[in-house]
Amino acid sequence: MLSTLLPEFKVERDDSRCIRCKVCVRQCGFDTHKYDEEDDEITSSEEKCVGCQRCAVMCPTNALTIKPHDWGYRPNANWSKDHFRELHRQAESGGVVLTGSGNDKPYRIYWDHIVLNASQVTNPSIDPLREPMELKTYLGRKPEKVEYDPVTKKVSADMPPQVMIEVPVIFSALSYGAISYGAWKALLMAAKEAGTLCNTGEGGWPIELRKYSNRVIAQCASGRFGVDLDYLNAASIVEIKIGQGAKPGIGGHLPGEKVSSDVSLTRMIPEGTDALSPAPQHDIYSIEDLSMLIYALKEATHYEKPISVKIAAVHNSAAIASGMVRAGADIIALDGIRGGTGAAPKIIRDNVGIPIELALASVDRRLRQEGIRNQASILVAGGFRNSGDIVKAIALGADAVYIGTSALVAMGCTICQKCYTGICNWGICTQDPYLSKRLNPDIAKKRLVNMVRGWGLEIKEMLGGMGINAVESLRGNREHLRGIGLEQWELDVLGIRGAGM
Amino acid sequence: MKNLSQISNPFNDDKVIANCGLFGMMSLEGNTCSGKDIIRAIANMRVRGNGLGGGFAAYGIYPEHADLYAFHIMFQDRSAKEQTELLLKDSFKIAAEEEVPHRYNPGVSDPPIVWRYFIDTPNSVPVEYADDYVVEKVMTINTKIDNAFVFSSGKDMGVFKGVGHPEDIGNFFCLEDYSAYLWVSHSRFPTNTQAWWGGAHPFSILDWTVVHNGEISSYGTNRNFLEMRGYFCTMHTDTEVMAYAVDLLIRKHKLPIEIAAKIMAAPLWAEIEQMDDEERQMLTMLRQVYSGLLINGPFTVILAHQGEMIGLGDRVRLRPLVAGIKDDMLYLSSEEAPMKLIRPDLEYTWIPKGGEPIIGKLDTKEVIYQNKPVQIGMDNNAVNLVA
Repeated sequence: MLSTLLPEFKVERDDSRCIRCKVCVRQCGFDTHKYDEEDDEITSSEEKCVGCQRCAVMCPTNALTIKPHDWGYRPNANWSKDHFRELHRQAESGGVVLTGSGNDKPYRIYWDHIVLNASQVTNPSIDPLREPMELKTYLGRKPEKVEYDPVTKKVSADMPPQVMIEVPVIFSALSYGAISYGAWKALLMAAKEAGTLCNTGEGGWPIELRKYSNRVIAQCASGRFGVDLDYLNAASIVEIKIGQGAKPGIGGHLPGEKVSSDVSLTRMIPEGTDALSPAPQHDIYSIEDLSMLIYALKEATHYEKPISVKIAAVHNSAAIASGMVRAGADIIALDGIRGGTGAAPKIIRDNVGIPIELALASVDRRLRQEGIRNQASILVAGGFRNSGDIVKAIALGADAVYIGTSALVAMGCTICQKCYTGICNWGICTQDPYLSKRLNPDIAKKRLVNMVRGWGLEIKEMLGGMGINAVESLRGNREHLRGIGLEQWELDVLGIRGAGM
Repeated sequence: MKNLSQISNPFNDDKVIANCGLFGMMSLEGNTCSGKDIIRAIANMRVRGNGLGGGFAAYGIYPEHADLYAFHIMFQDRSAKEQTELLLKDSFKIAAEEEVPHRYNPGVSDPPIVWRYFIDTPNSVPVEYADDYVVEKVMTINTKIDNAFVFSSGKDMGVFKGVGHPEDIGNFFCLEDYSAYLWVSHSRFPTNTQAWWGGAHPFSILDWTVVHNGEISSYGTNRNFLEMRGYFCTMHTDTEVMAYAVDLLIRKHKLPIEIAAKIMAAPLWAEIEQMDDEERQMLTMLRQVYSGLLINGPFTVILAHQGEMIGLGDRVRLRPLVAGIKDDMLYLSSEEAPMKLIRPDLEYTWIPKGGEPIIGKLDTKEVIYQNKPVQIGMDNNAVNLVA
């Protein structure tokens, strides 16, 4: 069948600069560039180009420019390029259109409509370069109060397990299998060096990397890949994954091509078979089932580790989250509509779920109204791009923020959204050894640590400006936020005032 | 239900912003003195206030009714007084009542009626719940009866406050006629509130009083924490948050003030890491459980209740607090000058560390600072502390 798809990108080669070194030919895993020896010429098949910019970055003479293709269709406000493209793809394949990464639709990004406060006159701002500034955060259920014994003059409390992070930024669930071994290892090493945590995702945890155990959240998802007693007990936190922001309500599918022998060993499934995660956890059809799994995991880990439950942000998140806390969850993880994925049906990614800002604000409010906010920490995920987003999330009530896409970008990802193909020219989201060896785990780790360090410094600056010297004094402190360009109902959900009020 | 926030915070700002001058003095041996000195002391810090609020708390002033709750209540009209008295008669045994004596002072504008009642809880209320019962009734008056507000409700103590400079308020209430062993005073500089007598300091519940200088940048976090535990911050003031935090920690959770101070002005994590195992574990636990009660941003408070006066500043010392001792007297102040004004022979003063409470105790006749007693009359200890 003749493909009716037009190329997405235009490849412009400045022939006066091209030295025929063939770097571009070798770098493109999608075989966009070809060298013709007879004519000593490099040609490019633009329909194969995904716009990842690998060739342009690696070209030693900057001869390449990759630009979005200026499609010549008649302009149409209803039928955008994306709609054309997807329908043509579908007509050719008869399947579900897949995609990778987070939602790229222009849903309102509330972070860009919220501004922060700073102290002037009546309250001194604090200079973090000269004054102490604390970002340390403890995750886990907190008791209602401590008991004081006037005889021994000691305090005591029935203290559930707590896990400390030095910065309120955690690497989100990116499974080994979805991303390369090197990328996965880099996240683990970076979490340890930066004093934060790394979520395994649902793809298990290679035995030789368990030395990073005090900095790991081990996920227990519907496929139960790689889950056994050692896996659970090696981690600091165990997380039950109910849903994912990029694909609420549906399961996962790691194609058999990505299940290499190492992935097979780690996931505990035969090599080359598809790794299918069911849509629900088949032992959780209700809240009491969730409670049973939470306590099964607590029993398995001797009540020494907080149990987190991760859900996609959906319409009734507040009520669901409240049930989760009552069911025994020590941490609530919420993943919003802009959360990333290695592979998801595009129609789901683009249309299901709600923005994390609204879900966070309503969950935090509900847990406070019910007097149980102290019983769980709140982690939020789904589209956090910089430290400003993080500060705003904490002021809306989060204890810490999960970052996935930002971590990938720090390692070199350009969000070309082709993660589901198994080909990643940056060596991140692939199991092809030729491609994955491009990512040096030590350099990737350094880049991740740099990002977390830089964000930490920026968070301290923002806190200091607000006259706050410990991050816990910002948590849920919505007085420091103001909305711009928001409707009244949005301000009400967020629990903030409009700017100038 | 009346909306106190509209009275206290008429422009509906996030909260009421105020900066202030504080003064406290206590005889550790229980020797009483009149209000003359403290009026002179607080007047000496006139630039710390702007005439929109001044007030005093005095302890040991009602020895003839020492076992009864002394309610000081302000009424802005007769009907408020009638409604309140109905409620009091229904809820308590009233032993005595009278108008709080006052005199005309041109610096005091539009004074309300201020009345005092010496009352006891009814026999149906078990002794151990008497305080809770009183708190509940005070909250009812403050939130349900228009134009009535309880200044104070403790035994053998009282709060006198209003709109004006503190020296005028003190003169208005004839404070030279009272004898107290513990005096606290406050001069207010609000930036965003209209004058309301109930909004002046000290704030008080039972026999606890708080005078406060600061602007709490953790206000929203603190308010969330307290609201989840049944306190409603109706007045939108930092001081209200401070008063409720103290009530929760000390009265409800039964923690000593030394530990409450470590919650509200918690040591830095870097300091906690240097401590021995036991102390480190305790302070880590306190910060984990009570992270929502870390009071962040600049503040100094003087807290008082029967037999105790406590000075506490924020952990990075963004508001002034000076302490001084001489013979049986402990002085706490925003500035050193007023102490020397009323006690020219005062030799030893020092600036306490941020987050370290100074506690004057009547029962042991001691001043406790950095968990160590400072013996009265042994001024050398104070010298050591300064060094």
